[in-house]
Amino acid sequence: MILALIASALPALPQPADPPPTAFVGAKIHTVAGPPIEDGTLVVVGSKIVAVGPTADTAPPEGATIVDASGKVIIPGLICTHSHLGGTAGADSSGPIQPDVRVSDSLNVRDSGYRRALAGGLTTLNCMPGSGHLLSGQTAYLKLREATTIEDMFIRDADGAPMGGMKMANGTNSMRGGTFPGTRGRSAALVRKQFIAAQEYAQKIEAAAGDPEKMPNRHIGLEALGEVLSGKRIVHHHTHRHDDIITVLRLADEFDFRVVLHHVSEAWKVADEIAAAGAPCSVIVIDSPGGKLEAVDVAFRTGGVLERAGVNVAFHTDDGITDSRLFLRSAALAVRAGMTRPAALRALTLSGAEMMDLQDRTGSLVAGKDADFAILDGDPFSVYTKILETWVEGERRFDRADPQDRLYAEGGYGATHDQDPYYCCFGDDNQGDQD
Amino acid sequence: MGHRQILAALALALAPFAPGAAAQVAVRGGVIHTMAGPPIEDGVVLLRDGKIAQIGPRDAVQIPAGFEVLEAAVVTPGLVDARSVVGVAGYYNQKKGDQEQHEDSAAVQPELRALDAYNPREALVHWVRGFGVTTVQTGHAPRELVPGQLFIVKTRSTTADDAAVRPFSAVAATLSNAAKRSDKSSPGTRAKMMSMLRSKLIEAQEYAAARKAADADSPPARDLALEAMCAVLDGDVPMIVTAHRAQDIASALRLTREFRFRLVLDGASEAYLLLDELAAARIPVILHPTMKRASGDAENLSFETAARLSEAGIPFAIKSGYESYVPKTRVILFEAAVAASHGLGFEGALRSVTIDAARILGVEDRVGSLEVGKDGDLALYDGDPFEYTTHCVGTVIEGAVVSRFERGQPVSGPYNPYQKRGR
Repeated sequence: MILALIASALPALPQPADPPPTAFVGAKIHTVAGPPIEDGTLVVVGSKIVAVGPTADTAPPEGATIVDASGKVIIPGLICTHSHLGGTAGADSSGPIQPDVRVSDSLNVRDSGYRRALAGGLTTLNCMPGSGHLLSGQTAYLKLREATTIEDMFIRDADGAPMGGMKMANGTNSMRGGTFPGTRGRSAALVRKQFIAAQEYAQKIEAAAGDPEKMPNRHIGLEALGEVLSGKRIVHHHTHRHDDIITVLRLADEFDFRVVLHHVSEAWKVADEIAAAGAPCSVIVIDSPGGKLEAVDVAFRTGGVLERAGVNVAFHTDDGITDSRLFLRSAALAVRAGMTRPAALRALTLSGAEMMDLQDRTGSLVAGKDADFAILDGDPFSVYTKILETWVEGERRFDRADPQDRLYAEGGYGATHDQDPYYCCFGDDNQGDQD
Repeated sequence: MGHRQILAALALALAPFAPGAAAQVAVRGGVIHTMAGPPIEDGVVLLRDGKIAQIGPRDAVQIPAGFEVLEAAVVTPGLVDARSVVGVAGYYNQKKGDQEQHEDSAAVQPELRALDAYNPREALVHWVRGFGVTTVQTGHAPRELVPGQLFIVKTRSTTADDAAVRPFSAVAATLSNAAKRSDKSSPGTRAKMMSMLRSKLIEAQEYAAARKAADADSPPARDLALEAMCAVLDGDVPMIVTAHRAQDIASALRLTREFRFRLVLDGASEAYLLLDELAAARIPVILHPTMKRASGDAENLSFETAARLSEAGIPFAIKSGYESYVPKTRVILFEAAVAASHGLGFEGALRSVTIDAARILGVEDRVGSLEVGKDGDLALYDGDPFEYTTHCVGTVIEGAVVSRFERGQPVSGPYNPYQKRGR
């Protein structure tokens, strides 16, 4: 009995039935769990990392396939905390708050965007509905595994339930009039009203104490918000302007929900307040300011300012706003404007995992974690560097040497033929007409 | 600090930004990419009265007393953006506030002048200038069949008239889904677009003939739209046709065979499918931004198209183009950088945003390379200009220093270099 317990507590050890190990030898390895290893070895068995360390101390196991990775750079698989790949379509135009909607019911598993994301070194995505609502639905945490249905990409919790967050937004995107709010004050009022309803629903369930006769009628939206109130489901909150950011923190404090602040164009103005609230930030990096009123003060330096203030920082692509194939570039531009390199690499990997409660399985290269990593031909923050391979849970999912994969990496005829993402909040003026 | 000192500091701060304040400047560079010969290691460029007076290795160029000396690891010509909408489109993106790039009252309006729509103090102009861009061809966006004119302007904060290099540089046309009218008016199909363009060009031919034939006392009534189209037919300006799909590129080639105007192809996502045809017709290409989103007509674009054009010997420039949302403009320094790493290489990428862009615009007598007699337009960097982590540490236009370090955000008002910088 005790032996069995010990065995089950050490899942990282290769078992007799395990597939043969693969050892990547001689690479510079950024584990993100510690300083870079100049001459390192990474050993993978099945879907897991079983060893990572200096080559001198990390002998490949017997029977291992040896991959010469000298001259290469290995980093954890990148984690995008905010993506719209797969034709994401959550809430519709019927109202501003729709917690019942699951984005996973809208995703096209064959979307070429997922292949482009792999070409960018991404292994984990938070796919979410748009920002044209105060609350646009449940997000989906996905691994870019080989998949026939979207279920194959779900990341599941200990109970086997697909994991995801709740997408919310404030500011001008959701201020559309009609049944939608027309002001910031009304936006916050509608959110308060909804959270109070969720609190009351949760109280009724608690008061029923398991008695089916006393249970309230099922309401799948309020059930999902109950998971937000209990802390199981994290709110991923679109917010740009400094005062909108503070409003999110105020609401999170009032209703005691866990929140990740997304985009945060003006976070550099209220970094100390964000740090004091302990709220993590998922930052978008945009090539120029403006395009909308809330983004006129967007700045490359946001990542560095937040880092120095002690805020946990991740980046995201918001793909199709920025291209997943160039996700490394987002962090590199933050380095350009003062963020440290270790923090910038963490912001592409482990910090993102933490913002999705996935830090125990992915985001850094340590024994026992999922074998999610990318192999590069140079400095992760150089424009000249190419991603050569991307591995998800021990499977090579992108190989630049493969002509079809290369087509996704570079683009070309037939590389992109997707269903369009559904951005219900933007008019015709803002769709597909850029040049 | 007393009032007098504050005034003195202000005067110092504002001096480089006053119109026409071309100081006498010497720029020392660890490497100077002149684009008119091999790079000069440890060189100096002397700028006198706004023009390049001398250029060469450090020991061959004497810096006269009184010259302000700037230093940078890498110096290039000021960048030339071959097709943008900055200054006509503003960063607030408010239709009735700062969006002058799209007049939707009619599909064909070649009489609309970019000069009349350009705001030289627009924040997006400041923004691209902070990354070394000193010359742009800007104007009406490719959202109508003939949306209007383009003009070429320096990114100085004077008036559009003072900053203009060419007040009327091209008539823009669009052969793509973007030109389809959303209401029931024409054009609604690709064939109708071509029919309308043919009709307008024929009308312009007849207008020119009628004016020529008329006696001086009773010329036909003037028509500004037809006059602009006559400028295209006469070869005074090119028609810059935005087309992404190969079939639309082929239509543009067909049109120029019929009417013999100077065609410059713009956008050109699928140009890699028609390399032989473009090379044979000697058509220059203003290529989409490398990081343009692959969607709609441009869904088949590739990071490697610039490299393909270069290999085929087709002259091309990489542009910032038009964005309707976020980012509100792209930056050619960044776009050329990604092209450089996807087969084009450093030299080709730098050419695509300097001398090759200047040649396509026909302004290579003034900008695009560092040669004696040309405008004193330079960009200064603390490393490889294309590296993500390098900074543009200075931009000089006609001898005036218009920015001195890379800013983290734009300024829409008068720029104060003493403002608090970040944290």
